[in-house]
Amino acid sequence: MAQTLYDKLMSAHIVREEDSTALIYIDRQLIHEVTSPQAFEGLEISKRKPWRVDANLAVPDHNVPTTQRSSGVSGIEDPISKLQIETLDKNCEEFGINEIKMNDIRQGIVHVVGPEQGATLPGMSIVCGDSHTSTHGALGALAFGIGTSEVEHVLATGCLWQARSKNMKIEVNGDLNEFVSAKDIALYIIGQIGTAGGTGFAMEFAGSTIENLSIEGRMTLCNMAIEAGSRAGMVAVDDKTLEYVKGRAMSPTGEQWDKAVKYWSTLHSDDNAHFDKTINIDAKDIKPQVTWGTSPEMVIAIDGAIPDPEKQTDPVKAESIKNALNYIHLEPNTNINTVSIDKVFIGSCTNSRIEDLRAAAKVLEGKHIASNIKLALAVPGSGLIKAQAEKEGLNEIFIAAGFEWREAGCSMCLAMNADKLEVGERCASTSNRNFEGRQGQGSFTHLVSPTIAAASAIAGHFSEVK
Amino acid sequence: MEKFTILKSIAAPLDRANVDTDAIIPKQFLKSIKRSGFGPNLFDEWRYENHGEVGMDNSKRPLNKDFVLNKEEYQGAQILLARENFGCGSSREHAPWALEDYGFRAIIAPSFADIFYNNCFKNGILPIVQNNQTMDELFAFTGKITIDLESQNINANNKNYNFEVDPERKRRLLNGLDDIGITLQYADDIKAFEKNYFNTYSWL
Repeated sequence: MAQTLYDKLMSAHIVREEDSTALIYIDRQLIHEVTSPQAFEGLEISKRKPWRVDANLAVPDHNVPTTQRSSGVSGIEDPISKLQIETLDKNCEEFGINEIKMNDIRQGIVHVVGPEQGATLPGMSIVCGDSHTSTHGALGALAFGIGTSEVEHVLATGCLWQARSKNMKIEVNGDLNEFVSAKDIALYIIGQIGTAGGTGFAMEFAGSTIENLSIEGRMTLCNMAIEAGSRAGMVAVDDKTLEYVKGRAMSPTGEQWDKAVKYWSTLHSDDNAHFDKTINIDAKDIKPQVTWGTSPEMVIAIDGAIPDPEKQTDPVKAESIKNALNYIHLEPNTNINTVSIDKVFIGSCTNSRIEDLRAAAKVLEGKHIASNIKLALAVPGSGLIKAQAEKEGLNEIFIAAGFEWREAGCSMCLAMNADKLEVGERCASTSNRNFEGRQGQGSFTHLVSPTIAAASAIAGHFSEVK
Repeated sequence: MEKFTILKSIAAPLDRANVDTDAIIPKQFLKSIKRSGFGPNLFDEWRYENHGEVGMDNSKRPLNKDFVLNKEEYQGAQILLARENFGCGSSREHAPWALEDYGFRAIIAPSFADIFYNNCFKNGILPIVQNNQTMDELFAFTGKITIDLESQNINANNKNYNFEVDPERKRRLLNGLDDIGITLQYADDIKAFEKNYFNTYSWL
């Protein structure tokens, strides 16, 4: 029978099947400091050991400072952040788990580090106590976020109980317009289907536009699948995938590589495979996107205007728009490109890869941020990306333009470290969530691509590339 | 995990769609390395007038009197009524921990985000899906609601509503069973699977 990519990945991992759920084998668990302490505590209390210690890879990212780190973990100012990172170090040591520590050059955001190290490979089942685990599906893997009880469950048993998802295909065809990136595709899709549009589905991205995206771009897209409600996003394996994976620290080599490639080449949906839902999108309809509200589905094109709740027929929707505009201090019918900003953040597991930094630097080269911009941050996704960017001289472009060039981490995406917005500040951010208070209590987040973040930094308001 | 059999309680109506887990428990409280004690910070930014941080004495903070959980008539509610896509966003299990610690044992909404829905069952909370018409009726009713998991029935205002729940999840919730203990009963199956698996996918 013709199978989807998701069906193939599920079938390969089923240990045991019951009526509505299956026990699936987990190849890789990625661990960070925020959602793991209670899982390790649970193991300790019940005197259990990790089922297969090598399945796990840990890296601190949410809480790490992005300013200088020369005094190590003990030099972290926030005592609670420090305790969480120390707890991760202690737990990894105690249970024998491989950890990339804060001051290792390979440290970075867990969803950037995994693919970069070859710790996430095509065909794998990958989990992490973080909803943006969907990112890893870009390599043709089954990857999804889980809660802390499940982190403990995977540690203890190597497996997870899963209900089967339905299959959704999002097909995007055609050439992208100038200055439109994977981030704009993601936001456009969420604008079309809503933040619950993919709930209950595994989401496969296909079509010529997706085939033409780099692996970095596919990661950006799969990363945002969860913002459309899908726990897992994925793209079929092709030559680009193999090229990306080859030669990475934890990738197979020699005979094992050849054997793996043979299998990985089967990781695509068969012709005639059944999808419960298919969405077709024409790439030429996608313009650069900006969110205007407090949910990623509240999004418009950069030349668009903020919707008017009075013109809505659905009362729940009208109420949501009113609540959002009330929070974010904007008026209906305002052109978004007239809204000025206070801060700019380029980073996060969505947009902190080398391609993202290159795209922003291209716009910033020879220019300077506007005088009303209080702070512009560039935060690479990993120490290795930072080093690569510095080799290419991108750091100099950012710094000359008035940006601060920081160490790798989650940073202002969720403001668990010192990088946050103050009350009433408005930010053009390349992150993934514009929820109330996400980047700091009473602050306003607008999601954009790295290109638009850079162009807006120069203009001082939301702007296309001029 | 605490068993869930029959729950009789008033319900607190949270009349908002797309309530995300950042709103349920803001990120500053995620720095705890414990599982308990999140209840006082449930819906922190909506519930209090001032900004909350770890270590504050929450009993001394000014309350937002308009917020549903601060209204006298909803004190002691163990059931939460919500709108579409409840629990979207971050996978943080601190969200159900905070709801449970506050005292909620059931949430009734037209739809839930997947990860949150899963996390509820791990913490003895029953998430129930009902259509919009039923939700409107429940939102309009202020008396006690009875939820019977065994018979999969809600009784409110002398009216009965059925609900769906996965049979395996129901069994575990009714008996308060620990997931890991159940899975480890299949340890031999897992070992057998691994042997074959690593033979086939030998590069892993």
